[in-house]
Amino acid sequence: MGEALVALEGVSKRFGGVEALREVSLTLNAAEVHCLAGENGSGKSTLIKIIAGVVTPDQGRIRFAGETLGRLDPKGAIARGIQVIYQDFSLFPSLSVAENLALPTEVGKGKRVFRRRDVRAIAEAALARVGVDLPLETEVGALGVAERQLVAIARALISTPRLLIMDEPTTALTGREIERLFAVVRELRARGLGILFVSHKVREMFAISERISVLRNGRLVAAGAVGEFDEAKLARAMIGEDLAETPYHWTPPRAPEPPRLALEGFSVPGELAPLDLTVARGEIVGVAGLLGGGRTELARALFGFRPHYRGRVAIDGREVRLSSVAAAVAAGIAYVPEDRLTEGLFLSQSIDRNLLAASLRRFRRGPLLDLAAAEAACARMREAMAINTADGRRPVATLSGGNQQRVMIGRWLLREARLLILNGPTVGVDIGSKAGLHRRIRRLAEEGLAVLMISDDLPELVLNCNRVLLLHRGQLIDVLSGAGLSEQTLAERLRALT
Amino acid sequence: MPILRASRGEALAHTRGLALLIVVIFAVMSLLVPDKFLRPYNFISITYVAPELGLLSLAMMVTMMSGGIDLSVIGTANLASILAGLFFHWLGGAHGPALAALGLPVVAAGLGIALLIGLAAGAFNGALITGLGITPILATIGSAQIFTGLALVLTGGPAIAGFPDAWDFLGNGAVGGLAVPLLIFLAYAGLIALLLARTAFGMSLALIGTNRKAAVYAGLAVRRTIFLSYVLSGLLASSAGIILSGRTNAAKSDYGVSYLLQSVLIAVLGGTDPAGGRGSVLGTALALFALMLLASGMQLLRLSNFLVEAMWGAFLLASIALNSWRARR
Amino acid sequence: MKALTQRSESVVALVLLAAMAGIGLLNPAFFSLSNLFSLARSNVVSGIMALGVLTVMISGGIDVSFPAFAVAAMYLTLRLMLALHWSGVIGPFLLATAIGLALGLVNAALVHGLRMIPLIVTLGTGALVRGGLLGLVGTSQINIDRMPPELIRFGSAELVAVKDATGAHIGLSAMILLYLLLAFLVHLFLGHTLLGRGVYAYGDDREAARRAGFSPRRVVFVVYGLAGALAGFAGLLHAAMIWLANPRDFIGLELDVIAAVVLGGASIFGGRGSVLGTMLGVFLLVMISNSLILMHVPTTWQRVVVGLIVIVATALTSWRDRRRLAQGLA
Repeated sequence: MGEALVALEGVSKRFGGVEALREVSLTLNAAEVHCLAGENGSGKSTLIKIIAGVVTPDQGRIRFAGETLGRLDPKGAIARGIQVIYQDFSLFPSLSVAENLALPTEVGKGKRVFRRRDVRAIAEAALARVGVDLPLETEVGALGVAERQLVAIARALISTPRLLIMDEPTTALTGREIERLFAVVRELRARGLGILFVSHKVREMFAISERISVLRNGRLVAAGAVGEFDEAKLARAMIGEDLAETPYHWTPPRAPEPPRLALEGFSVPGELAPLDLTVARGEIVGVAGLLGGGRTELARALFGFRPHYRGRVAIDGREVRLSSVAAAVAAGIAYVPEDRLTEGLFLSQSIDRNLLAASLRRFRRGPLLDLAAAEAACARMREAMAINTADGRRPVATLSGGNQQRVMIGRWLLREARLLILNGPTVGVDIGSKAGLHRRIRRLAEEGLAVLMISDDLPELVLNCNRVLLLHRGQLIDVLSGAGLSEQTLAERLRALT
Repeated sequence: MPILRASRGEALAHTRGLALLIVVIFAVMSLLVPDKFLRPYNFISITYVAPELGLLSLAMMVTMMSGGIDLSVIGTANLASILAGLFFHWLGGAHGPALAALGLPVVAAGLGIALLIGLAAGAFNGALITGLGITPILATIGSAQIFTGLALVLTGGPAIAGFPDAWDFLGNGAVGGLAVPLLIFLAYAGLIALLLARTAFGMSLALIGTNRKAAVYAGLAVRRTIFLSYVLSGLLASSAGIILSGRTNAAKSDYGVSYLLQSVLIAVLGGTDPAGGRGSVLGTALALFALMLLASGMQLLRLSNFLVEAMWGAFLLASIALNSWRARR
Repeated sequence: MKALTQRSESVVALVLLAAMAGIGLLNPAFFSLSNLFSLARSNVVSGIMALGVLTVMISGGIDVSFPAFAVAAMYLTLRLMLALHWSGVIGPFLLATAIGLALGLVNAALVHGLRMIPLIVTLGTGALVRGGLLGLVGTSQINIDRMPPELIRFGSAELVAVKDATGAHIGLSAMILLYLLLAFLVHLFLGHTLLGRGVYAYGDDREAARRAGFSPRRVVFVVYGLAGALAGFAGLLHAAMIWLANPRDFIGLELDVIAAVVLGGASIFGGRGSVLGTMLGVFLLVMISNSLILMHVPTTWQRVVVGLIVIVATALTSWRDRRRLAQGLA
């Protein structure tokens, strides 16, 4: 462990009414891999942005190599040797690989002119360090996701930073690439770099880090050397108290009936291999796998985003043609996307309007809408979903993550959906709300809804699903259920995916 | 009181602000040119002149709410009135008593032609934007050129002068003491307010303009709604053209050029968010009134038209600055 | 080979060549030296302004105020020259450019500082400047008899002069060189300076550009400032070339120039565009108006044709942009 590179003391940050960080103190040292653990919504991103100078804290101090900083901006952070690889890579699709690699360092040096030769040299060296061969003049926009991530990583390493922050770097990588990444990380540490490895994957933390700090709801709840933790303790620190729920138990309906969802040879050329699946009323079927392996693809295809799909789809025994989103919605399929802020909610509009968004047709009386009926229905839904507000006219942006998620689900319940597809249902939801949401989803299933739950959160899947599908490279490779469905097995199977 | 408002408190504050603005302008102008400004004639003439601009502003509001903009409204207005004028001249001669006396059925047919042009122009824009996926700014810049160009081709340049008396009535007549243009504007304003507050179309429009992606995910008929918003805009624009040609008894390919900036200004001042999702008929109407008072006062002060134009520009900047400052608080 | 055909510039160039061939076939007068020289000359002023608009578009913005800025710079400079009996060439051009620059910086301040939508901002500043100019400074045209002679001499300079069959004098304007020089400088800026690449980066992804260390404020100020400066320069150049200064000039020009820039491959969403493409786009548009005259098509049809071209060009680029966006999400 080397000298202290960055020390945060009592850092707090608020965005509007939401407290993103509260009095967080931690130290990042040279020649050490420090893992910042936490679920989504725990404040990890804000912390990274503060260290990178992109966001200024409301309270607290930042010290860099002992010197207290007055104000840090991105250029200053880069100049001090802090490099961040964001989850979205922050690459420029219109610029070439070489330019993407070289630009930030050139900017940091305060250069004016841009010489192609220097840029090439920088780019080639950078790629070599990561052991990757990519055409330098190609526009980054033309590359695939995994390749882009390699460019992002290579770019961050160019300026031989003193501190490297990696935000969920393994999300889109295969097993072999993860191993290569870890090898690079270890080598960098040996050379004296400090590494802040941000993740929520417990196995990886144990594999690569020496110290762990756990964020939950914006607060630092645990910190120490990796040896002080075990997997259970770490998971608990991240999620909160043990979800002492019993696993979800599904009872098949007494009288035989057509399954809520029946897929026969369902496939999307290039994305999803033909699969057969039935989901009965009341089931909560989990969908697990690596990102890009077919989980989201399946959801989007079922929601009408892939009108050119092949195979048969039947809802409650009746065949349907999912030729558009409207067709899917008409068939009773609902989809709550993972990124509810940009893909789901109408932030500036009222809660009630958000609830009503999918059900406008339902409240039509002649050419007009029956506003009184609509408002009453919204009030009932707010109560049923325990959305914490008395006034449905407030903008939905004022709600917490958990309540916003309830609005999203409530929207589809108002539409009387029959199959609810949830993608990352508790991402960015605080712990108290999480348990409540799970309970509600289970109750909805018991009352007759069929649920497809896509998630990265293994305990969530294990506790709430009666079956879990494992998708990889667009193929359904296994279904885990009963005794075969445990966190251990699921984790092992996921790790084995390459 | 429309329920299910986007954000009640904010809208109320904005309306109050506009009302205050009207009072301020009224007071200032009364002080500066009391004898001329406070005459009833002044206000009556506003009720004849303002409505055409009001309709164009409503058109701008509707398309802005969907997240786009319609820069071709002037072209549509002129093209509509020119075609009606040509129709009348074809039937009743280029001038003279026969033209003036053209009967109601003929005038109604001319009305139908003009409105149809508006619908067609709107549909054209809608098709470019939702069918070909062209961004609204560029699509309507292009269509504005085409519409104005066609108007130019049809007239060869000079104005089409002379419309039937019945047509003039639309621009200069009065019913029950109220100016016909004003009645037309109020009717449209009421219709659109109803559409926005109480129909699925109106609510979809606001949602689509707020977050188009989320609207798709909510299963809303995004393309159809946006298409219809441009058709509506075309209808409003052609109606504005009808009133304008009725009032001036002429139609020309380059009438009302300054109305474009003014309609954007009125829509924005009235609380419409150019990025989409928010708009208010009441706000637009109040903004229209405020600016008409201001223009009238400025004219009475003998300020040149150019300065008035400059003032519109300054006002536009001031109102967006105000909106943006308020949004950030 | 695929890369070549996919480049927008190639497509525009091909369209241009095809159009030239077509028009030349219809009316061989097109290829006469006098026509070609005149064509080249017509490119200069629009082209210089287009360079500014290009830069703004690459950054993801739009500017419709530049014709007003051009006219203001032109008229103010000339009125000053007349009032002070100031003669010269370099000084006045510097002043005109400075006026344009100052106005452009106002745009930048509003767009960046107040975070307002570029279209509406520039709509407002354009109206403000034009109305202010006509209302406060005057509306009277400055005719050739009052134009400063040095300026006229400068504007009439020719590179090449020949006599045609009838003995009439035909010359290729030397202002072409100015245009080419400015185009080259802008090309160097966009392609070979860090800030220039930063404009592309900013147009691609504002947040990522900020994180990479590019200053959003600098990008915005540079692009709008440049657009204003180029407009100011072009305004005075226009007066020098046609030997009169009419403060009501350039109305409606913004549409044509934007059309040319989009035609040349720039994307209104930002991140795309090149000087070469823009120059080709301007050339194509100028050529269309020129050839419509040659083909005895009444000028009244010009608007319609330009409008159709804008629509076709934007439909094609929209299609291309949407494909790129879809791929980007993969």
